[in-house]
Amino acid sequence: MYIVASAAILVTMTLALIRAMFGPTVFDRVLALNMFGTKTVLLICAICVLNTPARHDFLDLALLYSLMNFIGMVALLRFTQYGTFDDVEIQQHNSGRQP
Amino acid sequence: MSNLIDILTWVFLIGGSFFSIVGGIGILRMPEFYSRLHGGGITDTLGAALIIFALMFQTGLTLATVKLAMILFFLLVVSPSSCHALAKSAVNQGLEPIVDKPEKS
Amino acid sequence: MKYSFTLLIALVTIWFLWSGHVEPFMLILAALSIGLSMWISLRMGIVDEEGAPVQMGIRPFIQFAPWLGKEIVDSNIEVAKIILSRKMPLKRNVVTVVAGPKSQLGKVMLANSITLTPGTVSIKMEDDEILVHALSFEGAAEDLSGEMDRRIQALEK
Repeated sequence: MYIVASAAILVTMTLALIRAMFGPTVFDRVLALNMFGTKTVLLICAICVLNTPARHDFLDLALLYSLMNFIGMVALLRFTQYGTFDDVEIQQHNSGRQP
Repeated sequence: MSNLIDILTWVFLIGGSFFSIVGGIGILRMPEFYSRLHGGGITDTLGAALIIFALMFQTGLTLATVKLAMILFFLLVVSPSSCHALAKSAVNQGLEPIVDKPEKS
Repeated sequence: MKYSFTLLIALVTIWFLWSGHVEPFMLILAALSIGLSMWISLRMGIVDEEGAPVQMGIRPFIQFAPWLGKEIVDSNIEVAKIILSRKMPLKRNVVTVVAGPKSQLGKVMLANSITLTPGTVSIKMEDDEILVHALSFEGAAEDLSGEMDRRIQALEK
């Protein structure tokens, strides 16, 4: 069970990484990265539960990672859109675009 | 009884693995960005859900099951939000979706 | 007040379910962390009908979620067939769906449900209109969204 689940998740992660390598636009890469993050959460869960001495403590890490993944992706998208993390510059950018 | 649980786990695990890999193939084979979003969606919903259900059969009725259920809930709430953020950001930066047939009005 | 109470109950339940400790020292830490979370959310002003949606009760989980799960399984199988077929029969199109729910929460639920079913992704949302990118379901995207719209409006009452 352990080997089948880990192998399937790792194959999917590899496919996502290949897309991240070849992706023509930055959005393809972010999409692949997002999928990679989801699969990481699943891989942590599978390792926790199916490993022969079950280590249920690691589930907290998976929980945290699923939230960190979302925050990281939104931060990356914001950076690709505005080129900065500075709130003041983003407000100037927005006010300049919509008169 | 434990045999039945093992069989159920296997069925759900194989199903989840199948849908994950199909989503991975989809993300590689699809021709352009907006179609690839659908490939990502298939792994995020049914692939993740089936694998986590299989793990829940293994843990039985413990606190770990509750944690797995919360992880599944977060994944199901977060993945469409990030998908939408990605699509909206792509539209805002001028990446037009390719349409195969004209929109019927 | 009703919303703060609900949030408090939810936080206490989540703390006990995630930790499973009942020692006195851990209970003190629990009270401190729950108090901190409550204070921060009250100070941010997010404790209202969106932050702690008590007015919906558990109806989303018993009425809406099972139906949505069935739809997700169905459309997953459709999309998997398209991906695995030799020459992909893609009929991509972009449709506009008019959102019926009045509250912000209802609109978010509608857009998220549309994105959650594979084959349809909501790509842009202006006031009452959701732009949906659909993969190969010609009339089905409108039908599915209309059914979702009806069910979410039923939840709001």
